[in-house]
Amino acid sequence: MGLSPRPDSRLVETTSNEPWITTKLDAFVNWGRKNSLWPMPFGTACCAIEFMATAASKYDLARFGMERQAFSPRQADLLICAGRVPFKLAPVLRRIWQQMPQPKWCISMGACASTGGMFDNYAVVQGIDSIIPVDVYVPGCPPRPEGLLYGILMLQRKVANERSGDKSLRNEMEPDPDTQLYIPPSVIDEVSEPFGNSIHQTRSGL
Amino acid sequence: MNDDGSFAPVVAGSALGAGAPAPATPKNVAHRGGAPNESGEALRQQFAGAVRRVDVVWGETTVVVDPTRVHDVIRWLHDDPAQRYDYLSDVTAVEFRDLEQPIEVVWHLRSLPFRRFLRVKAQIERGAALEVPSVWDIYKGADWLERECYDMFGIRFVGHPDLRRLLMWEQYAEGFPLRKDFPLRGRFSRSEQLRQALAANPEARYSKEELSIADAFEDLPADMRRRLTTGERTGE
Repeated sequence: MGLSPRPDSRLVETTSNEPWITTKLDAFVNWGRKNSLWPMPFGTACCAIEFMATAASKYDLARFGMERQAFSPRQADLLICAGRVPFKLAPVLRRIWQQMPQPKWCISMGACASTGGMFDNYAVVQGIDSIIPVDVYVPGCPPRPEGLLYGILMLQRKVANERSGDKSLRNEMEPDPDTQLYIPPSVIDEVSEPFGNSIHQTRSGL
Repeated sequence: MNDDGSFAPVVAGSALGAGAPAPATPKNVAHRGGAPNESGEALRQQFAGAVRRVDVVWGETTVVVDPTRVHDVIRWLHDDPAQRYDYLSDVTAVEFRDLEQPIEVVWHLRSLPFRRFLRVKAQIERGAALEVPSVWDIYKGADWLERECYDMFGIRFVGHPDLRRLLMWEQYAEGFPLRKDFPLRGRFSRSEQLRQALAANPEARYSKEELSIADAFEDLPADMRRRLTTGERTGE
């Protein structure tokens, strides 16, 4: 391998003493994104209390770049669904998700939001992933602030590893116009069996 | 609020007189039995044909009345100067697992001036129409209580001005969730439940009057009037 200068080396001309670095665009953009997430709490139950504790001074969500809580979906890029979602709230949650601009992520906080939890009854959605796509599930009933912070750090790692070349990342998941579902009904029925979501997620074999 | 617009605060125990003992938590109350309160006795005399039973449970008086006379009884309890039940704290219903038992509709009344509590029950026999008179014209607070009771049990409150579902959405088609024949997980499959829920417009649960802004247009702030006349819309 020769030592001749690369043909495009003149693209960068340093005319001053200002410091500069080279990096990958993905790494730079993702670094900015993951450290400036604007979370929107969608708190419906006791998980929201833990979320408030996470945002308050002791656990201080602002350490991770979330100084600004968004209370409008139009100025948010992270939806934290904290608490059980009844069927009556399902179209509201769906619309809030659709109102958020890309790029956007979702954390399902707690057992109820992730699986319906102990509310395996006529009124509660058995996992919000049947309404909107979810990036990180935080287990717990409710999760402690440390648990939520761990989930947020996991999401930040996920954001940091995104590749802008993958166009499918930013695709809106369009629901089926007839049923308004984006998952086949048979799958929803399967994971909504009693303990269905937890069994199908852990694959413990028990 | 009085008729002339003035506001008179309700003072608990104000009708008992100056010499009345201070309220205290009763002790050693028997589960069943004991003397009914003054309203129980008065009701027995006033509505001899309609009062079927007067029970005392944990020291609280329960009056079982004829379902068709409920409105008369509660109207009298509200208006009579010796009763003055001015607060309706709850309207609910009870269905027993024993299918022979009638469905009970329960009104919880409280008389603040007399510091008195009364539970009025109406028993609807199995097979009869689930209908009781509404007390909305006596207590405006009965509005949502009766709507919730209708939503959960399917009991029709005759005379209610706007008897719609309250907790479930209006298009909810699975029945009445707190009835004993209602399965815990609902009647439809989860995907069908989700499909029906997502098909509901989030604004569809308001009545036309609640959504209609035309009547209130003149009372709106000037900037809001201007935005509305230029055709700006919210929501959809």
